[in-house]
Formats: sequence, C-alpha cells, structure tokens
Amino acid sequence: MDFPILTLITFLPIIGMIVILFLKSEQKDAIRYTALISTALQLLMAVFLLMNFNYQAAGINDESSFQFVEKVRWITIPNISWLGTIKIDYFLGIDGLSILMVFLTAFVSFIATISSWNIPKQIKGYMAMFLLLDAGMMGVFVSLDFFLFYVFWEVMLLPMYFLIGIWGGPRKEYAAIKFFIYTLFGSIFILLTMIGLYFSATEMVDGVRLHTFNLVELTKAASYSADGILSAANPNNYRFIAYIFLFVGFAIKIPMFPFHTWLPDAHVEAPTPISVILAGILLKLGTYGILRINFAIFPEITVQLAWWIGLFGVINIIYGALVALAQKDFKKLIAYSSISHMGYVLLGMASLSVTGISGAIFQMFNHGTITAMLFLIVGVIYDRAHTRGVEEFGGLANKMPIYTGFVTVAFFAAIGLPGLSGFISESLVFIGAFGYTTTRILTIVALFGILLGAAYMLWTLQRLFFGKFNEKWQALTDIDTREYIMFIPLTIVIIYLGIQPSLALDLMNTSVKAFVQFINTAGF
Amino acid sequence: MPHVGLTHFLVISSILFSLGLYAVIVRKNAILVLMGIELMLNSANINFVAFAHFGRFGLDGQMMALFVIVLAAAEAAIALAIVLNIYKTFLHINVDEVDKLKE
Amino acid sequence: MPGSNLISLSLIILFLPLIGFITVLLFGKRFSKLYNFEIGILATNIILTIFVMFQKLMYFPEKIANRFTWINFGNVPFVGELKVELGIELTNVTVLMLFVVNLISFLVHVYSTKYMEGDIRFSRYYSYLGIFTFSMLGIVLADNFLMMYIFWELVGLSSYLLIGFWYEKDSAADAGKKAFLTNRIGDMGMWLGILILFTNYHTFTFDTIFEAINAGNIPFGDNAWLTAAGILIFLGAIGKSAQFPLHVWLPDAMEGPTPISALIHAATMVAAGVYMIVKVFAFFTADALLVIAVIGVLTSFISATIALTQNDIKKVLAYSTVSQLGYMVMAVGVGAYQYAFFHLVTHAFFKALLFLGSGSVIYAMHHEQDMRKMGGLKKKMPITYYTFLTATLAISGVPFFSGFLSKDGILASTYAFGSLTGYWLIPIIGFLVAGMTAFYMFRLVLMTFHGEPRDHHKYDHAHESPWAMTIPLITLAVLSFWIVFTPNPVSPDAGWFLNKIETQFTIVPQAARFEFMQTEVVPVEENHTNQTEHAIIHSEHYMHAMHEAHYPAMILSLVLASLGILFAFVLYYWNKVSADKIANSIPFLYRFSLNKWFFDEFYHSTFIRGTLETSKGLSVFDGKVIDGAVNGSATVTQLFSKISSLFDQYVVDGLVNLTAFKMGFFGFIFKKTQTGRVQNYILLAILSLIILFIIFLPFF
Repeated sequence: MDFPILTLITFLPIIGMIVILFLKSEQKDAIRYTALISTALQLLMAVFLLMNFNYQAAGINDESSFQFVEKVRWITIPNISWLGTIKIDYFLGIDGLSILMVFLTAFVSFIATISSWNIPKQIKGYMAMFLLLDAGMMGVFVSLDFFLFYVFWEVMLLPMYFLIGIWGGPRKEYAAIKFFIYTLFGSIFILLTMIGLYFSATEMVDGVRLHTFNLVELTKAASYSADGILSAANPNNYRFIAYIFLFVGFAIKIPMFPFHTWLPDAHVEAPTPISVILAGILLKLGTYGILRINFAIFPEITVQLAWWIGLFGVINIIYGALVALAQKDFKKLIAYSSISHMGYVLLGMASLSVTGISGAIFQMFNHGTITAMLFLIVGVIYDRAHTRGVEEFGGLANKMPIYTGFVTVAFFAAIGLPGLSGFISESLVFIGAFGYTTTRILTIVALFGILLGAAYMLWTLQRLFFGKFNEKWQALTDIDTREYIMFIPLTIVIIYLGIQPSLALDLMNTSVKAFVQFINTAGF
Repeated sequence: MPHVGLTHFLVISSILFSLGLYAVIVRKNAILVLMGIELMLNSANINFVAFAHFGRFGLDGQMMALFVIVLAAAEAAIALAIVLNIYKTFLHINVDEVDKLKE
Repeated sequence: MPGSNLISLSLIILFLPLIGFITVLLFGKRFSKLYNFEIGILATNIILTIFVMFQKLMYFPEKIANRFTWINFGNVPFVGELKVELGIELTNVTVLMLFVVNLISFLVHVYSTKYMEGDIRFSRYYSYLGIFTFSMLGIVLADNFLMMYIFWELVGLSSYLLIGFWYEKDSAADAGKKAFLTNRIGDMGMWLGILILFTNYHTFTFDTIFEAINAGNIPFGDNAWLTAAGILIFLGAIGKSAQFPLHVWLPDAMEGPTPISALIHAATMVAAGVYMIVKVFAFFTADALLVIAVIGVLTSFISATIALTQNDIKKVLAYSTVSQLGYMVMAVGVGAYQYAFFHLVTHAFFKALLFLGSGSVIYAMHHEQDMRKMGGLKKKMPITYYTFLTATLAISGVPFFSGFLSKDGILASTYAFGSLTGYWLIPIIGFLVAGMTAFYMFRLVLMTFHGEPRDHHKYDHAHESPWAMTIPLITLAVLSFWIVFTPNPVSPDAGWFLNKIETQFTIVPQAARFEFMQTEVVPVEENHTNQTEHAIIHSEHYMHAMHEAHYPAMILSLVLASLGILFAFVLYYWNKVSADKIANSIPFLYRFSLNKWFFDEFYHSTFIRGTLETSKGLSVFDGKVIDGAVNGSATVTQLFSKISSLFDQYVVDGLVNLTAFKMGFFGFIFKKTQTGRVQNYILLAILSLIILFIIFLPFF
C-alpha cells in the first residue's frame, strides 16, 4: 500500500482547518461546509480502511502484520555526546485494536460537525479548533511511535481547552482549566515513562543499535538492554512504577475513579458537539492507551495487576451508576453514566481473555455511539428549553413523540437491552471477566451495574417524558431535519451492531487473539 | 674641600622633591602648586644627570633631563592655560574650592 | 415433509410479528387502519402454528433443531474453538407453547379492537403487541440460554412499554419501571447462572451443556456449583414469573390495559419462567429443586392470602395469577414438571379468560374496577357471566374442567413428594391454597355478577360487550373443559396432552439427586400405558407414591375446594355471616392481607430508600470529597504559588535590594574620602606609597 492513507486521514482535518483560516469569518456557510466536507471525506476514508482491512493480519507485536503502514525517519540528531544518536520515526499503522477506533473517530466527528451547525458565535475559530482536535485524536489512534503518539496526545489538549473555554456554558473557564490541568498532569507521567522506555530499549537500524520510541519494538523483551532502567532485568522494580505512572496518565482520560471529577464539569459546560466528541472519542483514548502501551509493553505487570484494574473497573461501574442516580442535571447524569460504562471497558480488559478484551474494545465503540447519541439528546432538549433540569420536565412524550422514540432507543441501548449493540459488548465483558478466575468475584459485583443502570435510565425517562405534561413547555417542537440526520445513522449503527455484532468483532478477532496469547505468554 | 659625590646630589634632589611635594600638597594657589610640580621635575632632572655622571650610562641621563625640561615647558604652558580657564570659570584659582570631581 | 421445513415455518412464525411491529410503529400514525395488518399477521401465525403443531405432534416424535453461528471467535488461546450459536428447536412442549402463545395473542388482538377503541395511541398499542409476541415466541423457540436471555429481556421491554402504556398516569409509569427493574434483579441472577455454565462448557446450547453434565463434567468440579447455577437460573424465573420475593411487580402491572394483563401478565409472559424451568428441569439438583419447591409454595400461599381481601377485580386476579404460578413452580420443584406444564397451559386459557372477562366487565362499567361498586351483572352480561363462571370453576378445581386435572396432578405429586421426603409442609400448604383459591374466586364472581347492583348509575349503563370481545371469551371457555385434554374427567394420565410431553431424565450426578430419584427407571418402551408417570419420577418409589397419592389427593382437594366455595356462598350470597364482622374480629390478619403483607412498604423503606440514600450520599461525597480533593489540591497549589510569590517578593528580591542597600551604605561612608581636592588625593597616594614601602621594606 503505497498511498499514504493514514497520513491523509489524520491530516485531512488540518487541511480543512487551513482552508477555514483563509476564509472570512462572515462566510459562515463556507466555513461550515468546509468542515463538513473534511469530516465527510475522513469518514469515507475510514470506510475505505474498513473495506480493505485484512482480517487475518494480527499486528500487536509484529511490525510486518500491521496494515497501511507508513514509516519514515522524522527526526535524526546524530551523535550527541552521551545521548548517542536520537532517532524518531514518523510511524503510522493500524491493526485490529485500532481499526474500530479509527472508524469511530471519523464517524462521531462527522456527526458532531452536523451538530455544530448552529454554534452561535465565532464559527470560524470554532471549526478550526474542532478540526485540529479531530486530527489530534485520529493521530493518536494511528501512531505506532511513542513520541508521535505523545505529540498527538498533546495536540488534542489545546483545541479542547479553547472549545470548552470559549464556547462553553456559565462556568466554562473553570471547567476548561480543570480539564486542561488534569489531563496535563496525566501527560507528565506518560512523558516520564516514555523517556524511561526510550533509554531502556534499542532497535537495530542499518546495522546499529539505536534507542527507539517504536511501540512495536518496545513490546519485545529482546529490545531492552540489560542495564536499561526499565528492562526486566533491572533489580529495582522500576517497571512497576513506570506501569503505575502510565496507568495514572491514561486513567485520567478514561476517567477512572478517583480521577473522574473533571468529566462532569467538562461535560456540563461544554457545548453539545464537544460533549459528543469528549464522551464519544476522547475517553477511549485512555483505554486504548492502556491496551496499546500498558498491556503490550508491560505484560508481566498487567497480569500481576489484573485484579486491581478489574477492581477499579467495578468501582467505576457501581460508583458511576449510583452517583448518576442522584443527579438532577440531565447532562451530568449522562456524564456519570459514561463513567459507569467505561468501567465495563476496564473490567473487560482486566479479564485478559479474548471474550473480555473483544468485549472491552467493542464496548469502547458502542459507548462511543450510544453516548454520542445521549449527549445529542441532551442538546436537543437544551436548545429548546434552555434548561437541563430533569425534574422540570414531564409528559413530553406526547409533545415530542419522535424525539421520545430516539431517546428510548438510546436509553435502552445504554441499559444493555438485547438487540442493541450495548448488550453484546457488556455480555462479552461479563463472559470474559467471569471466565478469568482473578476477576470472577468482581464480575458478580459488577452485575449490579446493569440493575442500577436500568434504574437511573428508566427513572430519567419517566421524569422527562411520562406523567403530567408541564404546560410551561407548550412551545417545544419535535426534532427537525438536521437532528434527524444526526440521530438516524447512530440509531442504525446501534441496532445493526446489536443484531450482527460479528461485523465489528471479526475485525478485531485475529488481533485480539494474538494480543491475549502474547500477554499471557509474556506475562507469566 | 671634600669630594663631592653622588650622595650629595641625591640629597639635594630629595630636598628639592620634598619641597616641591610640600608645595603641591599644601599650597592653595594653583600657580604655586604648578611651581611645586616644577620643583619635583627639576629634582628628577638632578637625579638623572647625577646618575648619568656617576654611572656608566653615557649621555642617557642628560638626554632624559632635556626631555623633562621640554616636557615641563609644555606642561607649564597647558597647565597655565587650564589655570586661566579655571580663573575664568570660578574667578579664583584656589584649588580647595575647585572640587567638581566630587560630583 | 422434512423437519427442516417445520423449522423454516417456525422462523416465519417468529419473525412475522416483528415485521408487524416495525411496520405499524413506523407507519401506524399515517395509516390509521394499519393495525389490521398486525391482526392479519397473527391470524396467519395461528394457522401456521396449528399446522406446525399437528405435524410435529403426529409425525416427528424426535426433537427438531437447527442452529447457526452468530459470533465466531475461532480458535481462542487457552480455550479452543469458541463460537456463539443461536438456534431454535421444536419439541412437543415447544409447539404446544407456541400454540398457546399465538392463540391467546390472536384473541387479544381481536378483543382489543373494541376494548382499546378510540385510544389516542391505538396503532402504537398494536405495534407493541407485535414486539411482545415476537419476543415471547423467541423464548419459546430458543434452544440455548443466550437466546432465551435475549428474548427474556425483550419481553421485559415490551412488558415495560405496555404496562406504562397510559404513561400520563404516574402510577402506570411507576408500575412499568417497577416491573422492569424487579425483573432485572431476576435477570441478573439468571445471567450469572448462564455465566457459570458458559465458563465451563463454552456454549449456551441446552443440549450440549446437558450432555456434558450427563457425562459427569460438573461446573468447577463441584456439585455445589451445579446447584448454584440451577438456583441462579431459577432466579430469572422468580423475576419473570413473579415468585416470592420478587412478586411485587405483577399486581402493579395491572395498570396496563386489561387485554395486556390477560396476554402478558396472566397467560404467557409470566408463564415464561415456568416454561424455562420445565425446559431445563433435567439439570436441577436436589437442593435446587427443593429451593424451587419452597419458593413456589411460599408464593402460592402468600398471594392466596392477599387475594382473599382485595377489592379491585384485577388485583384479585393478579394475586390469583401469582398464586397459580407458585403452584407451577412448586410442581417443578417436586419433580412433576409435566404437571407444571399442563397447569401452565390450562391456566393460560382460563386465566386469560378471567382477565378478558373482567375486561368486559370493566368496559361495561366504564372503567370501574372496584368490586364493591358492582353486583348483579349476571342479567346484563350473560355471555361474560357464563364464560367467566366456566373459568372460575376451572381455577377452583371442580371436576369436568381443565383446572381440576392439572391442579390435581400437582397436588398429588406434592403429596407423593411429602411422603417420600418428609417435607409435609409443601403438600399441606398446597391443599390449603386450593381451598383459598376456590373461596376468593367465588367471592369475586358473587360480588360482581350476583346480588343487588350497588352502583345503580353505572349498572343502568352496563351492557353486554360487542362480539369482538365475546368471541375470544367463548373460545377460551371451550378450551377450559376437560375434554380438550383427555377423555377421562378425573385423571389426565391417559389423555393425549400429558402423553405428548417429552420425558426428561435428570442428568445430575447421583450424589446430587433426591434419594427417590436414585434408582433408574424401567425402560420407557415397557410401559406403554403410563409413559409419563415413569418419565417424571425416575424411580419405582415415586411411581408407587404417586399412585397411592392420586385418590387421597383428589378427594382432599375436592373437599377443600367445596369448603371454599361454600364459605364464599355463606358470606357473599346468602349473607349469613357478614364479611366485615370476620374482618373486624381479626383486624391484624385482615390488615396484613389487605396491605399485601407490607412487602412494598418493606422494600421501599429498605432497598429502594437505601439505594437512593446511598446514591445521594455518594453524590455529595463525589462533589465534596473527591472533587473537593481535586479543587483542594488546586487551592493548595494556589496557596503555594502565593507563598512563592511572597517569598519571591520579600526574600529573593529582598536579598537583591539588600545588596544594593549595603553597597549604598558603604558608598555613603567612602564618599567622605572623595573630597574632590586633588591635593587630598595626592596626599593619600603618597601616604599609601609610604605605607606600602614600609610594609615591603623587609623584602628589599
């Protein structure tokens, strides 16, 4: 594959951004359509990737079986005294772990662009930031060089900060700064570990062993020199500390209890499309990072800590659901439900089994689509009523029947009703986690999550749509065409993957099997 | 008559030097200070000539003395011009009160 | 006709209602007559079902099954081949159940055309009926736990939608939510049970799992796990079939339209739990069976006592449903799974009839449900009355009606169970409940149809319901007679129905069986006349006990039923004794029963409030403690930065200024020497020279 499609899919939004920067801020439609076309093309390319994806190639720790690989030398600084030669690659590629995430990013970004249509102020700046954010997220999922990964990871932060801080709600500054500092705090840990790994591992390049950021090489025990600070041979268990550092860095993004409190604030203050991006894609970066970096580079510590990861998953599930139950702000409620649902991802990963990890990745995808829809739903009601208080509504079902229909689908998908995609992923997580002796008891506790999830969702459904109609909302209208265009694709994906999950599961199957094989053999 | 040796010359020049130095330090009148300087220069001349006469330096001492005399003349000319200017500025030539350097 | 055709036909039967659901849901608003399409689908379904049923019962004694791979994981590390299969299977039990579901669903479809006429969401109602029928058929046809669980949840959804159909009423919306959540508790258990089985056998398919257990492959190598799996899966049935302690949702579910109560909450969905445990009967261990029996008997007793005092016509019927479901569960628990299924079918007919009949009454009384305001309706609504009476006789266990046959079978088996194991309390309570059932059912009939009308205004407007409502009643009444199932009015054993129910052999290890199930049976072929009895009992002991129990049980149940009926007549027909007086003489018991044993209050003040309070507490904890810690660390950082700023200002900058100040100070001092007088300078220079000279003198 000579055509650099991954570069294109990553940098296409940036091209869109540059075009937008050249447009006048009065040309609002031109700006909108530029953004729409960029994300639409990106989505098309993601579909192209899906169709040309080789189901048999594993990836994971074998560089030759990654797909759509692009690898060129990016930065070379020869022979600095004690550092030796510094070498950083521009190394992109995807495998079964990332293909779904690439598609999810393109898909949700596209939907979010449509949702951004009516941003009231400074649309030019908004769309430019939005596209930069899009590029950053896509970059993280396709990079295979740790340095590049980190660069994209940081690139996301800035536009997100402004998107919340400028276009947000009343407490936007607080939320934006909290988000920014919290995430940056995590990034420091990642950076530290990254540098540690760089100096511990080498890669054979043109007959010389050079230090490397290559994520694939870093998974191999042979890459580590015996005196490296993070090599397994090092008697001071530095690898353990590095693992914790990385994990904390990624856990903040997930967000994992107790690092989760930035999320509700960010969600409540962010404009609807940004909430969609935040919940739909950004949170997955954390779990993806744990899978790609923590699990693959430190398999032995992963096995050692599986119970703890599962425990935090279960805490997320139960705690998130219980706190959601008490929320009166619709958006905050959905934000906490996100925390709860991301817990399933952690639990599935902790199971270290094919079913569990498939379930976790599938849950990442499904949560992306379902929560995107939930936040769009909040946006619809907020646009019309300018309030999100769940208890201020009531009896909307007759006033907005079609909206109610979509809400019901999304809510039941979140509850994990069979026939909708969330059920499959949650079930696989449970199957995997129960099958693994270490996480068995945790799974039993986690089962209460499906009860609590149903409780807060149904209660919310009732408070919003059932009961007596509140005459105050006589002026509310049912959803319009633009909103139809947002909801219908999401609904189709949610239902279709619920009925035919193998469509998604087959994509990752080979990779996940190789992954599980690798972790369990390298880990013991 | 006792033999007049080097020592005598040196003593004379020392006395002259000391007198010159005394004038330079103590006198308030700029002209007198200048005269003190002339004294000191001349004591040096005596030293030069004396060492030249008693040493094995040939005519070097006399040469140097001539230089000094010329230099002293030039110095006196410039110094007197400065003194004149001081007088024009301050209407006196009392060196104690010319303390612009302090500022 | 090959068996695969039957599978295709049953797939059509399964998916037709789904098509109906989608069509009516999407286009029902635009085309108001589209509900006829849904009715047409059900009509087609019932014809196909009858065909499939006869084919299967007559020509295919063996099970027909077909499955396909849904999710294929391939060769999974540390596990081996792993795939998730879905499939359907046709057994005699399946096709009979298929018939029951489709028939009652069809009758309810017809009935609702009049009952729901004029409702603002009329076509929505039909689309919901479609999804319900689809999901229920899915449960019936499933050949594996996963598919059963999937449709199990889907019936939960349709039940939720239909209970809360009139969601403008808060009580209806509450009841729907309550039903869904209560069921979820059961489903959690069921799913855990399924997880135990899947973890060990890597498949969901009944047959494969049972073969493995039969071959001695026990979950985690311990019989206790087998028992646990059984009880957990039974938990699903506790939820769905409204067994104690999760029975509280069913009476509230009566908030839904009455035809829905008949279809979902009396005849089919609530019976799904019983259907499931009948289907997987083979893998219950003795301990699991005992738990099932105890839960069943408790349920039937508790709800029967509650039904005695209720005044809402639908509430009485709801508790009677719970009680009868308890009977069925108890029957499975004592090993009489075929009687459980028999009772399921007969109950489905007569209970649907009772509900539809009560619907007819409510319809005539303009949505009045309080029995104290009814009375004397017999003359006004003869068809409703006589069909209703038929059903009442059936449920009370009067000979010549279907209920007598099935109930008698259950009571006889509990009696036999008691005699073999010594758990006598089970049959004793069982008989007691039979008497109570007869009493409260006749109380209902007498209060509603006999005596003087108590609300004359409503009574004057009451009239017989239209044919669309009475024809279903008549159909169901016909099906409540004994002759449908067997020619012998006092024993079902020789009838076609029981003989068609497949024999199930317990597959659990010897050590985990009841003692009376230990010995193997006489081969089935040797016993043509009484095949079923063998099949259940699996031992000569039990067979013998059953034979012995048959007549005593029958006589006892007859006596108790007559006593119950007599008592009802004394109180409510002849008015010899005032019911109020009895109630007042035992006020505590009366209130206990009237308030449903305070279950709702208990749950509300413990679990629900507990959860809500915990959730509120955690929310505060989240805001104050965790977020507080985050904000606190921010504040601490800010504080540090302030301190640093002060430090910078006063200490670091201060040092710099201090240096400057010192310099100034010294400068001030040394300034004195700078007189500006050249003479002073010279003097100093000379003095210094002299001092230096003196110092360095020794070195010269």
